[in-house]
Amino acid sequence: MAHEIIERNKGTEGLCLVGIQRGGVNLAKKLSARIRDIEGVDIPVGSLDISLYRDDLGLRKEHPVVRQTNIPWDLTDRKTVLVDDVLFTGRSIRAAMDALMDFGRPSQIQLAVLLDRGHRELPIRADYVGKNIPTSKGENIEVQFEEDGREDGVFIVSSE
Amino acid sequence: MGGNVLIRNGHIVDPSQGIDGVGDILIEHGKIAGIEIHGGSAEERKQRETKAADSRTVDAAGMYVLPGLVDMHAHLREPGFESKETIASGTMAAVKGGFTSVCCMPNTDPVNDNETVTEFILRKNHAEGSCYVYPIGAITKGQKGEELAEMGMMREAGCVAFSDDGRPVTNGLVMRRALEYSKVFDVPIISHCEDLALSEGGVMNEGEAALLLGLSGIPSSAEEVMVARDVILAGLTGGRLHIAHVSTEGSVRIIRRAKERGIRVTAETCPHYFCITEEVVEGYNTDAKVNPPLRRQRDIDAIMQGLMDGTIDVIATDHAPHHRDEKRREFDKAPFGISGLETALALGLGLVHGGVLTMPQLVEKMALNPARILGLQKGTLKAGSDADVVVVDVKREWTVDPEGFVSKGKNTPFRGWVLKGKPVMTICKGKIHE
Amino acid sequence: MRKDLVGIREVSREDIDSILETASSFKDVLKRDIKKVPTLRGKTAVNLFFEPSTRTKTSFELAEKRLSTDVLNFSVPTSSVVKGESLYDTVKTIEAYGVDFIVIRHSSSGVPHFIARNVSASVINAGDGINEHPTQALLDAFTIKEKKGGLDGLTIAVVGDVFHSRVAKSGLYLLSKYGARIRFIGPPALIPETNGYDVEVFHNMDAGLRDADVIMMLRIQMERQGRGFFPSTQEYFRYWGLNMKRLGLAKKDALVMHPGPMNRGIEISSDVADSSQSVILDQVTNGIAVRMAVMYLLNRGDGHGR
Repeated sequence: MAHEIIERNKGTEGLCLVGIQRGGVNLAKKLSARIRDIEGVDIPVGSLDISLYRDDLGLRKEHPVVRQTNIPWDLTDRKTVLVDDVLFTGRSIRAAMDALMDFGRPSQIQLAVLLDRGHRELPIRADYVGKNIPTSKGENIEVQFEEDGREDGVFIVSSE
Repeated sequence: MGGNVLIRNGHIVDPSQGIDGVGDILIEHGKIAGIEIHGGSAEERKQRETKAADSRTVDAAGMYVLPGLVDMHAHLREPGFESKETIASGTMAAVKGGFTSVCCMPNTDPVNDNETVTEFILRKNHAEGSCYVYPIGAITKGQKGEELAEMGMMREAGCVAFSDDGRPVTNGLVMRRALEYSKVFDVPIISHCEDLALSEGGVMNEGEAALLLGLSGIPSSAEEVMVARDVILAGLTGGRLHIAHVSTEGSVRIIRRAKERGIRVTAETCPHYFCITEEVVEGYNTDAKVNPPLRRQRDIDAIMQGLMDGTIDVIATDHAPHHRDEKRREFDKAPFGISGLETALALGLGLVHGGVLTMPQLVEKMALNPARILGLQKGTLKAGSDADVVVVDVKREWTVDPEGFVSKGKNTPFRGWVLKGKPVMTICKGKIHE
Repeated sequence: MRKDLVGIREVSREDIDSILETASSFKDVLKRDIKKVPTLRGKTAVNLFFEPSTRTKTSFELAEKRLSTDVLNFSVPTSSVVKGESLYDTVKTIEAYGVDFIVIRHSSSGVPHFIARNVSASVINAGDGINEHPTQALLDAFTIKEKKGGLDGLTIAVVGDVFHSRVAKSGLYLLSKYGARIRFIGPPALIPETNGYDVEVFHNMDAGLRDADVIMMLRIQMERQGRGFFPSTQEYFRYWGLNMKRLGLAKKDALVMHPGPMNRGIEISSDVADSSQSVILDQVTNGIAVRMAVMYLLNRGDGHGR
């Protein structure tokens, strides 16, 4: 995925990565490390919590825990790559884009996801996909990272 | 005072040290240097005689030597009522009566409800007074019974306690707040216990004597309901309460019960409440008009019992001088008050002669206890203390003649009485008064 | 979480932690250029203030607007209450307007509880009588945590009219859940019985401030003067006023807090109020973030579709 991002953007000029809490944050860091290995350049990496922009706040019984948002640079005129672990209905990405807009005016927003499990409910598509994994709506995908103290891995959990 | 004073052969009574025997007491530079009780060896006696050489020596054989008395309740009338008394004349009268420390009540004009008046009183005493004066500040501004006075700043200026004496604090909430606030500064609140509604219009004790004279009475309950209230509030707040001029049997009983329950209350009475009854008013004698009024024999008995068992801690004078003209009028209109500084000690000695109190106990009631209640280093002959000493001839008989009083107030119901016991020398602030 | 925030006394330590953590994120929002999030868009809040207030009311209003809530302000002098409408009818009418949040301040203790029982909206207590002021306690805790890293084991001196202070009461309830050591300092009539809460009472301010980590000054209400609580403001300031000398008795980096508005020269001297140890203005900023967090967390759906 790192190679693709560099290729598509013809280098790392003006590029930045924003990982969506929580799954996208570790992934964004890993991508940035890879890009550094390849190009020898450090591009800015930030994190974004989308709880406050969700469209389902009134419907949930449990409140999503608001995590850290840290984008310590100006997004305006930057090519911003949103990073998440799983792309599902697309609603998280819509919320993330609304949030980004409140921070500035990126020249482009691109989307990189580790897994695309289908079942889109909004017209959202990823620019970079690690793997396509068709699932049924009732199933749940969990992505684990060694940075969280567990082994790297993807697990499909059925909810029966 | 140039030089030193050696008082020899007197019967020294100092309950603060448990001293009660014949001995010598040496005063150096205005302080008590030491006491030696006789009964030592011939050698010691010789040493004493040598020391005697370079001091003024007073032979007190056959007399008592006591710590200077402490009166924790007197009205010195200055500022505002100088025709009745001044600090100069009042402290002179005190010294003549054997008192070396006097507490003055705040019902002056202006009322002593702020540090400025307190400072005035102390300055005046420094310039013109003959003994130590410790002001008692007002509890409420103007003694109106509504807003608390600035106790903190008055304490710093020199007030040793707070009272609205002359008047009660009628509002229970204000009294509660006063007791609570006093805890911060560790001072007692002295209460003049009188329910004004119950006492209204009264000029003497309510009872048979009043009926026969056709005068309106003040019932004992007017005092007792407020003693009860104040004692309960003292229990509620944990503040220190001192009941002024206890005059009735019922009050003594309430105070006794309160002390048993551990409430921080002390109490005082005055000589007229254990010496004379309402009968002295007979003939419309305004010199016997006092508030609280003179009561009955059973009240006298209860008060003596209270003195004996410690319910009543202090004998104070409630010295209340008035101008002759004010007392020379119809009974209803005459002001309340007895001029008592110059007769108190003799009347107190009556209790010793009568076997009610021992001499050390009398000294406790009139010197040591008041000093302790007020936190003063007085009422004691401990080495290093200020030399406040009174030499008393307890056998000397004398007739009370108010015209001969040093106090401007000649209003005493003891006029013409023959009393036994008189101070012959009072030493205070480096001066000897004889 | 629950429907309402009427008191801190019944809120668990976990829930308080959750509010404070959430408030942290909201504080970040307040630092952005665009200080707004769409989180409560379409929701309506009513600020029902029966007692005058500028600070708290403004703070709530800003918090509501930053969350994109629609705001209604209900001001008593111009309201139907003047026409004799009962409190019950007033709040039922407000509920009928379809309001989601009622922020209530009233001079009678217990009014928020009464309203919460009778409406389905979320009720937030902005101060009831001499009972509680939960959001103030939360923002005070947030401020302390921000500066000191935590609440456990800190010595916190609360100075002034504790008896009539809902700020002090809520503060006591909250801090007690965290193992903070609490001291009350003031004249006896202004310090209440502490009823089983572990508080050290001092009437001597110098003794009470020794080695304190936090000094919370309370406002002295002028009406209390003379009614036996203390004789005069001069005497009050002399014995219980916070001046630089007294501040020196506390720890070197002790925080100075005040819920506002201050009476300079009566409970706190000007130089202390403006000193580097004063976090009084931080409290104001944090107040908005904390109130946003409270509203965010109280907002709940019923789980069914919209």
